[in-house]
Amino acid sequence: MRKEFESITIARNGLTLALSKLVLLTFYFIGFLVLLIKELKPKGKVLTAFNVITLPIILLGTYLIITHMFYGLSHGSNVSQDFPWGIFIGFNVMVGVPFAGGAYVLAFVVYILNAEKYHPILRATILNGFLAYVFYASAIFLDLGRKWNILNPIIGNEFGVNSVLFLVAWHFLLYMIAQFIEFSPAIAEWLELKRLRKILSSMTLGACVFGIALSTLHQSGLGALFMMAKNKLHPLWYTEFIPVLFFVSSIFAGLSCVIVEGTISKKVFRHRMSEEYLKNYDDIVIGLARGCAITLFVYFFLKVLIFIHGKSWVYISSPMGIWYLVEVLGFVLIPCLMFYYGQRDRRINLIRVAALVTMLGVIINRINYSMIAYKWYLPLSEKYIPTWQEIVITLTIVFTQLWIFRWVVNRMPVYGEVPEWAKEKELEEEEYQAELGFTMANGGQRYRDY
Amino acid sequence: MKRREFLKVALSGLGLFASSAICSKTVFSSEIKAKTKEFFGVLVDTTRCIGCRTCEASCAESHSLPIPNIEDKSVFTKIRKPDEKTLTVVNRFLTEKGEIYVKIQCMHCNQPGCVAACLVKAMKKRKEGPVTWDENCMGCRYCMVSCPFDIPKFEYDEAFGRIMKCDMCYGRISSGKVPACVEVCPKEALTFGTRRDILNEAKKRIYQTPGLYVPYIYGENEVGGTAFLYISSYPFEKLNFQMDLGYTPYPEYTTGFLYSVPVILILWPAFLTGIHYLTKERKKEIER
Repeated sequence: MRKEFESITIARNGLTLALSKLVLLTFYFIGFLVLLIKELKPKGKVLTAFNVITLPIILLGTYLIITHMFYGLSHGSNVSQDFPWGIFIGFNVMVGVPFAGGAYVLAFVVYILNAEKYHPILRATILNGFLAYVFYASAIFLDLGRKWNILNPIIGNEFGVNSVLFLVAWHFLLYMIAQFIEFSPAIAEWLELKRLRKILSSMTLGACVFGIALSTLHQSGLGALFMMAKNKLHPLWYTEFIPVLFFVSSIFAGLSCVIVEGTISKKVFRHRMSEEYLKNYDDIVIGLARGCAITLFVYFFLKVLIFIHGKSWVYISSPMGIWYLVEVLGFVLIPCLMFYYGQRDRRINLIRVAALVTMLGVIINRINYSMIAYKWYLPLSEKYIPTWQEIVITLTIVFTQLWIFRWVVNRMPVYGEVPEWAKEKELEEEEYQAELGFTMANGGQRYRDY
Repeated sequence: MKRREFLKVALSGLGLFASSAICSKTVFSSEIKAKTKEFFGVLVDTTRCIGCRTCEASCAESHSLPIPNIEDKSVFTKIRKPDEKTLTVVNRFLTEKGEIYVKIQCMHCNQPGCVAACLVKAMKKRKEGPVTWDENCMGCRYCMVSCPFDIPKFEYDEAFGRIMKCDMCYGRISSGKVPACVEVCPKEALTFGTRRDILNEAKKRIYQTPGLYVPYIYGENEVGGTAFLYISSYPFEKLNFQMDLGYTPYPEYTTGFLYSVPVILILWPAFLTGIHYLTKERKKEIER
């Protein structure tokens, strides 16, 4: 009797504890919602050119997305039996992911190489990368023919571990988590959650290391997807080095995107930027341009090697061969030289133009793989050309991402300096960790003494 | 390096090593290997086919698809491909040796690209030989990109479409029957049997009737071998067969990449953490 009673009391106590925690959590959650609703009110002018152009597109796009989801893939779309992958994968995913590559490159430079110079632009880049991944994952969702099965490779309704796409899917998911952790200290600073920030920022290095490994694999994995389309890709584009090419090009694609994004942000978010950021901005851009010039040259060199090894001279006089030359000379070699001269003579505007050309080149390259060089032997009438609905949906995805980017930048310390308390804590944290390590190494001896 | 840092690195390294070891095991062991040569296949003898298209009709019937009008000979004016409503089609070629009819459908490769492509194993190579499709498919259509013969098709008009392709009548085979198209063929242009038997049969026909066949069995070695085999009296490249596919099984084009995955997952983090601590110490020295 007594024992039973005791166990009931213990259970009841446990339950009360759990309940009180739940109530507390609910309060936190409600508080967060209230804050969020308050924060949803736009800061700054409402009637800007950007808003006037993008809002109607987003509204129309949302409507199209909803109809697209219920009436099957063929609704307002040109994907066909010959071209199973349309603009959502061919553009949003294939182009969006390398553009988000700046996040892992800069994480490598700042956290692994400890090059402090690039720290000021890191948060914006990681935020950009994270949002890009979230929205491109949603583009994949739109492109799935059996959308409600999207969780199958995650929950294990059969793991196709020998599939490249399986790897890409898992690395996408894990990398999104890693990027969120990398960015999360900024959220904690915004909400002034000091304790949480300490925990989150201690996870940054691990998330970075893990994130870089994942990025290497899924950036190249996107290219590896085309390895089995051997007889469908034009021989000038098909090589066993597609994964390497995709990986290298993601470096300069990401860095160029950072340069262009920084140029726009410097105009739009100037009021949110710290003095340190504005002071160092030119130096940072020149450093990035140097990185772009080198990686573009490596890429060009690889392309030449592959071209010579593949004995591809025979194809070069065909229309596809000329298109290949346009891509490799016009959008790899020329921006490479522009970056080189730009960083040598400190011509920021030349670097900006080069970044734009590079981005365009990456778009052309990825669209070649998914649409133009893919089944190049079909006549134009049977080729895939996106419908206006598909283009509106694509733009909706990009613009929504920009809106959320703006919302976050206007509230969290993305370009600006971190709050004072966070800085102090950073120091304290190192001491705290040192102490913790010492205690652990001594088997807790030190605390036993007290 | 301090002791706690060393411990951290060592622990994370161990964890990663363990996880990638598990990863690599699953990656390596799931390679698609043709387990046995004894699975079933179909021999298509194009010299016997008269283009009656009863195979098309019986295929549609046994898969509950719209049944084509086989009296309509106008379909032969252009070359057709199988699609989501017709899993097999017969094409006509006018040659100096007369009309030649070629039935096409899924080739049921020994090591199929679509199976290697599928991230939820909705595509399966059954031990009886057929390559089949399952309901847990996400509709990503990577199988369509990966198929050397461009066979899987998707029902785009449905909110919950299926991948449609010939399944060699998997249900019928597993209950001991022959595929629907083989059963109805009036001219015995289609022969069902174990792949070994039909391969021998094909060789026998080629060598016992001199001058009738070109000495080539399409599908014997293409993309590592297929369960459907073709023999013909006319060069295959002129009958719209793809002759440039090579003899390498398609999944092998991605194995190189897949093998690099565990390697990178082990080496990269160790390398990166190492550089991090090296540069960090150097930074501190400079600051001092």
